[in-house]
Amino acid sequence: MNRKLLSAPYLFWSALFILVPLCMVFYYGLTDKTGAFTLENILAIATPEHSKALWEALKLAFVSTVICLLLAYPLAMILCGMNSHKDSFIVLIFILPMWMNFLLRTMAWQSLLEKTGVINGILGFLHLPSLNIINTPAAIVLGMVYNFLPFMVLPIYNVLVKIDKNIVNAARDLGANPFQTFLKILLPLSLPGIFSGITMVFVPALTTFVISRVLGGGKILLIGNIIEEEFTKTDNWNLGSGLSIVLMLFIIFNMVISAVTDKDGEVNAL
Amino acid sequence: MSRLYGAVRKFYIALIFLFLYAPIATLIVLSFNASKTRAKWGGFTLKWYQSLFGNDIILQALWNTLAIAFLSALIATVIGTVACISMQNMRRSTRSLIMGVTNIPMLNADIVTGISLMLLFISIGIRFGFGTILLAHITFNIPYVILSVMPRMKQLNPSTYEAALDLGASHIQAFFKVVFPDILPGIFSGFLMAFTMSLDDFIITHFTKGPGIDTLSTKIYTEVKKGIKPEMYALSTIIFVSVLILLLLINYTPRAGHKKAR
Repeated sequence: MNRKLLSAPYLFWSALFILVPLCMVFYYGLTDKTGAFTLENILAIATPEHSKALWEALKLAFVSTVICLLLAYPLAMILCGMNSHKDSFIVLIFILPMWMNFLLRTMAWQSLLEKTGVINGILGFLHLPSLNIINTPAAIVLGMVYNFLPFMVLPIYNVLVKIDKNIVNAARDLGANPFQTFLKILLPLSLPGIFSGITMVFVPALTTFVISRVLGGGKILLIGNIIEEEFTKTDNWNLGSGLSIVLMLFIIFNMVISAVTDKDGEVNAL
Repeated sequence: MSRLYGAVRKFYIALIFLFLYAPIATLIVLSFNASKTRAKWGGFTLKWYQSLFGNDIILQALWNTLAIAFLSALIATVIGTVACISMQNMRRSTRSLIMGVTNIPMLNADIVTGISLMLLFISIGIRFGFGTILLAHITFNIPYVILSVMPRMKQLNPSTYEAALDLGASHIQAFFKVVFPDILPGIFSGFLMAFTMSLDDFIITHFTKGPGIDTLSTKIYTEVKKGIKPEMYALSTIIFVSVLILLLLINYTPRAGHKKAR
């Protein structure tokens, strides 16, 4: 029967709008303005300006990913232990905030963090030292953690919730203390969720240009900002594509890790 | 011991909530702020809510955003669901190849997806505008649909479909009477997910939009430097509160005999 024919629209769509565009990035990245082959656009990453932006982005993305993981794991465990209202909590954490535009939410952190902002108002009222992190890398990390935390919570939760409670009980019966149970049972079993969470947080954090612009005050340039400017301001698509290829190497590295750990081919989206 | 643990848990959840909702609360407060700047509180007012409905630029951006979100989610749901059905009978290797391609827009960086689509549209020579944004949104929405319909498909018992055929149903009848009701919750949550993602997207829209057209996201982005118009706060407050009320209604309406679908 011609069920296979049904896949035609999607195959056509993904070829035209996923694969062909990616090939075009490679084409532009590997040629110069005249269309001749060159590696210059890729090697341009080595210039001090670009490598500094890449290094800065890697650093901030790494820190945000670690913070997200440390915040998300306990949260996912707590969600697992809850009996009622579990689903509505997940909606509250993940879906509902998205209905308030992400740019506005990020910008609201400006109001909260500013020298005369809400947080410093409260700190001053309590006679505590003020917090001056707006327009610093710390503010960008905060913005990244704020925006991408849900992407860490959900995959870990999805894995934890499937772990058979009897395994945990058996470990406890056999004399393991809660810490040992966590280290030897829960952690190894939840590794696929952790890896897919790391991918889901690290990639957008590494490549963002919005959070750094809004909370970094335009002074801190990440690799995403440089690529964005090549396309929208300088109109040097070849250089922008070349730098994107470098960026994709990190993403592909991440994808390989998640593909190895997630054999089923189902990314834990929801 | 366990009471202390319970208290710690509640405190932790409260902290995370505070973290996630502090900016949202800030925006809601700002929408009632009589002073035009974010920096100071000028007293309570409803005037931004009034002037919002006279602001054609914002309303046009809202309309574009909703139209693109609805159309892209709808088309992505149809294409994605049909793709899931067709993948059922495929060889495992073919299927995992297709799923690999499906995962690309989800795992790849939005900026790369945006740039790659922009390069494609330029080389085809389509005029940038509503159409290009819509095509881009459909593309990144399809994976969300497939990933929420696929698990439902796998849970299906193939015998029920065959039983329907044995009992004289045509393929189409068997599909709509047997398969479709079972995968409907997956289709529905895929649609909602796609709609939400499209609504909240900025980066891909930024690269695929033309000069004359704006969604709420791109409008806000151009305003970030100059200062956001307070009407924007009013609009987002309205959207947020209506979704919140909708969710409360769905969650707390007793539905006899139905298990809540996720």
